[in-house]
Amino acid sequence: MSTGNMNLTLKVWRQKNNKTKGALVDYKLTDISPDMSFLEMFDVLNEQLINKGEEPVVFDHDCREGICGMCSMFINGRPHGPKDLVTTCQLHMRSFKDGDTIVVEPWRAAAFPVVKDLTVDRSAFDRIIAAGGFISVNTGNAQDANNLPIPKMQADAAFEAAACIGCGACVATCKNASAMLFVSAKISQLALLPQGQPERYRRVQSMVAQMDAEGFGNCTNTGACEAECPKGISLENIARMNRDFASAKFISEETV
Amino acid sequence: MSGFGNAFSSSIGKKFIMGITGLFLILFLIVHCGINALIFINDGGLTFNVGAHFMATNWIIRAGEIVLFIGLLVHIFQALRLTLQNQKARPVKYAVNDGKANSKWYSRSMGLLGTLLLIFLVVHLKDFWVVSRFTGIPTVDANGHEDLYAVMKEKFQDPVRLAVYILAMFSLCYHLLHGFASAFQTMGWNHSKYNGMIKSVGVWYSIIISILFAAMPIAVYFGLIQ
Repeated sequence: MSTGNMNLTLKVWRQKNNKTKGALVDYKLTDISPDMSFLEMFDVLNEQLINKGEEPVVFDHDCREGICGMCSMFINGRPHGPKDLVTTCQLHMRSFKDGDTIVVEPWRAAAFPVVKDLTVDRSAFDRIIAAGGFISVNTGNAQDANNLPIPKMQADAAFEAAACIGCGACVATCKNASAMLFVSAKISQLALLPQGQPERYRRVQSMVAQMDAEGFGNCTNTGACEAECPKGISLENIARMNRDFASAKFISEETV
Repeated sequence: MSGFGNAFSSSIGKKFIMGITGLFLILFLIVHCGINALIFINDGGLTFNVGAHFMATNWIIRAGEIVLFIGLLVHIFQALRLTLQNQKARPVKYAVNDGKANSKWYSRSMGLLGTLLLIFLVVHLKDFWVVSRFTGIPTVDANGHEDLYAVMKEKFQDPVRLAVYILAMFSLCYHLLHGFASAFQTMGWNHSKYNGMIKSVGVWYSIIISILFAAMPIAVYFGLIQ
């Protein structure tokens, strides 16, 4: 941890578009405040680049409050950097030391093609959700919540799964670029609640099929996803998804 | 789509196959290790030879042997298929990737450990399986059984072979350390009341099996048993 302002070397992945090859480019930054967020440090870099007439580094960001899931930097070999349970936007420069070299790369997966520099196309996640990550209900007044009693444990587990912000850190860190943690969280948040039951077994089959079609890798249970997830999504969700998948294929009489 | 559909061609289905065959091989290792451990009775291999004779002649065991080879081959080929697919899922590698920050090295090296085991297996099958099933065991023991123990004693005089077997048991230990609990997770057998037990049984199983297996060539080489 650093208290005074810092001088840093950044090695940033620059890539024009997904047709061209990219490379790491070195940038020197001086007088960086430890109170800056990681993205604010990139804002400083981009101001300098714009002043010099160079192209600024393109990176995804939105709320900068750790809840939208847009920021997506692979920092020194880890998604969202060295701290656990934080997104890149909530990472502060006090986590680095004066004189550090910081390597910043985009998420790397065939299913997440680079759009430009550090921005990747994560619409594969949207297509997985569209394949079944919802419940079908008629519109109208919501019924009284007490009509659907839900055990506290179930409600908590569903809520924990629903904390997933879909940032893709799980895919980024997985040695196989597998999306199992994301997909299992999105399945679990519905599978654990009564509203999710009618489509439970249809949902798991459709979403897994879409996940496979997008070209994500296969899970080898290394647990890297769980360790790196900024929202602490648990591997239990993957087991639950696998269980539901087995039930859907071998026990349920409904076919998709 | 009807019936089981793409149950086994999907990513999860392929992992089910890895998990089931893995657990099957784990069960096999218990039988294999149990019978081999009969050498520690220290009666010049007489009891061990009875066990070996039973395994070689009982028709249920021989049928099981075919299932075992099928299970092993499926485990190997499915692993190869999954590995190639996983490599395709990340065509551009990271310049810096700090794997040790979030996972155990052996969980990321199952392919390497498995390959080492496969190489060992070729040596091992040539050493004992080919001899007992095809080329024939040259001598008989006091009970008139084929003296597989004598073959064992002769093979393990070679220090190079001793080293290969011990190294292979390190690979086996680490492969099992990840594989045991991983198979349960893949099958969806994850339960807060049993997770701790699965993990600790997995660790103890891996360590005990590997040490017992490694102890056999060591005991023979250093003449610790008759």
